[in-house]
Amino acid sequence: MELLHVFAQHYNFFITIFLMVSGLYVVIARGNMVKKLIGLGLFQTSVYLIYLTPAKIIGGTPPIVDKAYTVYSNPLPHVLILTAIVVGVATLALGLALTVRIHEAYGTVEEDEIFAKEGEI
Amino acid sequence: MKFDVILRVGTKLILPFVLLFALYVQMHGDYGPGGGFQAGVIAAGMIILYAIIFGVRRAKEIAPQRVVEIMIPLGVLIYAGTGVVSMFLGSNFLDYSHFAHDQLHAHEWGIFIVELGVLVTVAGTMTAMFYAFSERGR
Amino acid sequence: MSAVSSHLPVLQVILPLLGAVLTAFMRRGQLAWSVTLIVSWMLPVMAANMLLQVLTSDPILSYRLGGWAPPYGIEYRVDKLGAFVIFIVSLMGAVTLPFARKSVAHEVAEHNQAWYYTMYLLCQAGLLGIAVTGDAFNAFVFLEVSSLATYVLISMGPHRRALLAAYQYLIMGTIGATLYVIGIGGLYLVTGSLNFADISMRLGDASDDQMRAILMSMAFIVTGVSLKLALFPLHVWLPNAYAYAPSFATAFLAGTATKVAICLLLRILFSVFGAAIAFKTLPVQHLFLVLSVAAMFVASFAAVFEQNLKRMLAYSSVAQIGYITLGIALANQAGMTGSLAHIFNHAVMKTALFLALGAIAYRVGVMRLRDLSGIGRKMPLTMAAFVVAGLGLMGVPGTAGFISKWYLAVGAIDAGMTPLVFLIVASSLIAVVYIGRVIEVAYFREPSVACSDAKDPPLSMLLPLLLLAAATIYLGFDTRLTAGIASDVAEALLGGLKQ
Repeated sequence: MELLHVFAQHYNFFITIFLMVSGLYVVIARGNMVKKLIGLGLFQTSVYLIYLTPAKIIGGTPPIVDKAYTVYSNPLPHVLILTAIVVGVATLALGLALTVRIHEAYGTVEEDEIFAKEGEI
Repeated sequence: MKFDVILRVGTKLILPFVLLFALYVQMHGDYGPGGGFQAGVIAAGMIILYAIIFGVRRAKEIAPQRVVEIMIPLGVLIYAGTGVVSMFLGSNFLDYSHFAHDQLHAHEWGIFIVELGVLVTVAGTMTAMFYAFSERGR
Repeated sequence: MSAVSSHLPVLQVILPLLGAVLTAFMRRGQLAWSVTLIVSWMLPVMAANMLLQVLTSDPILSYRLGGWAPPYGIEYRVDKLGAFVIFIVSLMGAVTLPFARKSVAHEVAEHNQAWYYTMYLLCQAGLLGIAVTGDAFNAFVFLEVSSLATYVLISMGPHRRALLAAYQYLIMGTIGATLYVIGIGGLYLVTGSLNFADISMRLGDASDDQMRAILMSMAFIVTGVSLKLALFPLHVWLPNAYAYAPSFATAFLAGTATKVAICLLLRILFSVFGAAIAFKTLPVQHLFLVLSVAAMFVASFAAVFEQNLKRMLAYSSVAQIGYITLGIALANQAGMTGSLAHIFNHAVMKTALFLALGAIAYRVGVMRLRDLSGIGRKMPLTMAAFVVAGLGLMGVPGTAGFISKWYLAVGAIDAGMTPLVFLIVASSLIAVVYIGRVIEVAYFREPSVACSDAKDPPLSMLLPLLLLAAATIYLGFDTRLTAGIASDVAEALLGGLKQ
């Protein structure tokens, strides 16, 4: 019962952990380079949740100053994560660009087929 | 999509409003939700939508490759240049306090210029990325 | 002058950034190179100025970005460690850049050359930013700026394998940076701050309840940064990345990228968590000790059996990073001094070695050892520099490598771990094997077909190489610049340990 209570109180962290681990699993277990990048995206998304979920303050409004409200949500994590999302987009774009170039050079994006073409790498 | 009348006409109708919305998001970024990044993505979305419906070649007549490529460093130059100007005005990097007599006004100006830089870079980058990926393999 | 000097910390980031913007407008590689050269030569002058200030007058240079006071705003904070690393990074950039002009023109496709310098400057800005910033999240952003630029630099290598190496590094590097940012997120949840100094202060009065979250954060951060600095089992991205990147990128990255990650690790372990949490609650010390020794041996053995010279030196880099982390694990004055001095010495020696390989790539174009027999007679100056820097890598007395290994050995004895001295000597002997193998092939065999009409590279490429080789000898006798400053930095870092 107590365990369930802990779970319910921190469900956001459990979602985070699930995303993080599944993302990492996809990166490690898949040989397809595009799928690896998708896994990487999942992995990064878990970080966004780590920052964003605690930033919501119950009863808080968006942090725009107004006389009628005194409790605001924390805006800083949103700004940080906006930066992190931009970094994530840049990484994804670069990763996909590399994948396109690899496909042009090797004719495939499956890692095992590429390694077979190159010998050990 | 040459013969799809609904898409072609619909796109042409929507496009001005997309750009208007991008500008709205941009202008309200300094004191409300919004900002250069979102506005840049929306503006680039306009070009991308146009390119999907009417073809990349015609999109490049509106936003030529070279212009898009120049936009990327130009926005960074606007952003960093704002910081350097503030250094020459005697305050720290990106400290806008000296841009106007009233500090609040000065900050609004500073943020506005910086957000403009962000808009230019993000719109340029997104469009350039779309061009780069759509051109490959032909 | 005072107007400039108060802006020194931020100029370290802005100058390369503006240079990158300027080169991005350009189409021609030569023009971009000139801009890059101007920027790169300004940086070490300013870095030396900062180092002098930090060592003599005020120990910490603080700069408020945007005029916002810390801990709310982003603070640029140059302490002794930061100034030392900034000096190394900017100096390596300045010394190697003359080499780049011909090398890049030879190896990189023409339409990519201007972009190449843009990426180099962005990488430089990111690396210097990591060393200069006092804000944990800002450090992540700079980490990614430098990493993304590095991926592009690597992917421009002449062989198609460069693309694979860049992709592999991208996956590993992103995982590392993401682990780092998860750790920072944990710290932010516990302390509510992102400023390194402020976090460290607030950690002081953390309750036992919060300890679990703090330790989790530290585990994430240390793992993430270890990935970036290529600590032994997390080094798999490094050999391929260094082997297939263009010569200049390899030489620059080998001297700087991993060093900056070590600077970040030191800052996190000693300035943020403090030795009390880092070394007493979690067995970080033992972990690093074991992994460092493993790196020294496993990577060195891998180097011995490697046929591709660039990969061989890349494996040797992993081993040398093992020495640096060994000193960190010892966590005493002498060990730390050796470790920090080795950051400088290894940067000088390994950059010289990779530049020599770059010269060979320019004149001969092959990297397999057996194709390079007799190269020592055809390219006498290049190979002489290679041998001198190689002797430094072995740790022969009278070279820079000896100084840092000496301090490491003293540190090991001070820590009561005398067997470590034998391990340090033994692993140096393996370096004798893999460097000696090259010397044997280069000097004592008949010239092969591939290098029958090779000769020493043009002066612009030869000069940086000879300069660094001479520095290897010079730093073996005059240790004020390396061990002298390093012991100062070590003292500042270990200050928290004595209390």
